[in-house]
Amino acid sequence: MNNSPDAGPAIKFRDVGYRLDDGRDLLRHLNLEVQRGETLVLLGRSGSGKTTTLKLINRLLTQSAGAIYVDGRSLEEWDVIRLRRMIGYVIQEVGLFPHFTVARNIGVVPQIEGWSADRIQSRVTELLQLVGLEPQLASRYPRELSGGQRQRVGVARALAADPEFLLMDEPFGALDPITRAELQREFLSLQQRLGKTVVFVTHDLREALLLGTRIALMESGQLVVALRPDEFLRSSDPMVAAYVDAFKTEVSPAPRNRDERSE
Amino acid sequence: MNVLQFILQNHAEVLQLTAEHLWLVGASIALAVLIGIPLGIVITRWPVLSKPVLGSANIIQTIPSLALFGFLLPAPWIGARADRLAILALTLYALLPLIRNTYTGIRGVDPAVVEAGRGMGMTDRQLLWQVQFPLALSVIIAGIRVATVLSIGVATIAAAIGAGGLGEYIFRGLAMVNNQVILAGAIPAAALAILADASLGWLEKRLSPA
Repeated sequence: MNNSPDAGPAIKFRDVGYRLDDGRDLLRHLNLEVQRGETLVLLGRSGSGKTTTLKLINRLLTQSAGAIYVDGRSLEEWDVIRLRRMIGYVIQEVGLFPHFTVARNIGVVPQIEGWSADRIQSRVTELLQLVGLEPQLASRYPRELSGGQRQRVGVARALAADPEFLLMDEPFGALDPITRAELQREFLSLQQRLGKTVVFVTHDLREALLLGTRIALMESGQLVVALRPDEFLRSSDPMVAAYVDAFKTEVSPAPRNRDERSE
Repeated sequence: MNVLQFILQNHAEVLQLTAEHLWLVGASIALAVLIGIPLGIVITRWPVLSKPVLGSANIIQTIPSLALFGFLLPAPWIGARADRLAILALTLYALLPLIRNTYTGIRGVDPAVVEAGRGMGMTDRQLLWQVQFPLALSVIIAGIRVATVLSIGVATIAAAIGAGGLGEYIFRGLAMVNNQVILAGAIPAAALAILADASLGWLEKRLSPA
């Protein structure tokens, strides 16, 4: 599929902008490179442009300025259907097809790619195991699963045709903290084995630090910095510092003496 | 003489009229499905068309049925036989619920599901037939159900233009000032409507995705 798989970054944004019809800019002058095999986390508040950035990659949205390259070819050169089939996509609401069984959900891309039924079935079995789901779940419907199980199916579905890229939009956002931590750990070990090029959207700094090989902080449609997790924590950039501070206040318990005073 | 006796004595004729009634309703619903569902799908793709199409179907429904039968009378080929004419009129009436339910059913599919499908590289056609249409199916069946029940009622008026059906008894009973004869047409028609409503309602529930 790829003309030059090893040349240059896997994904590259060059001066990309995205403007709504009403003239508002959701994204301005974005320059960003995603290296092969890395997990780049797009971190930021709601409305910072991170999901927009993600959807530009698989052309669910089309940029209004600049250029985006995947495997060295600009997006306009790609056949959009082919492009999307080599990019796994996982979203927060999971978007599982409610009328398909787990097995059919996982097998969607192989099926539209015209794989044989046998091959799809063995791939589904393999993937269920990979994401830690019982094989008996294959015949269940999404509504019969827990939130965590649904999200695992979502990941398995995105991996089905062994795509080179994974786009994940707050995939663990709707889960309870324990299930989320479990899935984060599994994502890490999975990523160690598979080495996909991942772009991961979250607003949770802890998740970003845990999963990302680099963290790109976004604010009001602009990229602030893109740093490794250790650099990110040490950064003196005021916006990074503000994000880190907000996170620290969130996790530390309320000061005790204030409680006593209020009594 | 009570209604039941009348029906039993004339069972051959009752069956004959019921069969005619079912033919009028069945043929018109089949036609309406063949026209209405594709039209409903088309207007989800070209939303500019949704207003004029739904508006026209709406206006057709406001025409009194007897007047509509009359308007269509001069039409060539169609006007030559009363049942053709009745079927055309009934088809026109059935269009609105079919177009509207297909349209709202497809538009009502969870956007996250549609986006997931698109993001995975489904073509528009795959998205329509594998995701949107199946998920809208129960709403579309609900439209068929409304249209069928409506048609069973309106089809009784088709007897006024000589198209047959259970309306024959109703008009005959009116002319004879005989309630038994009116009921001999009205009761089987009502039974048909209830039966259609229940069975299509069951189907609708079975096909409901969640």
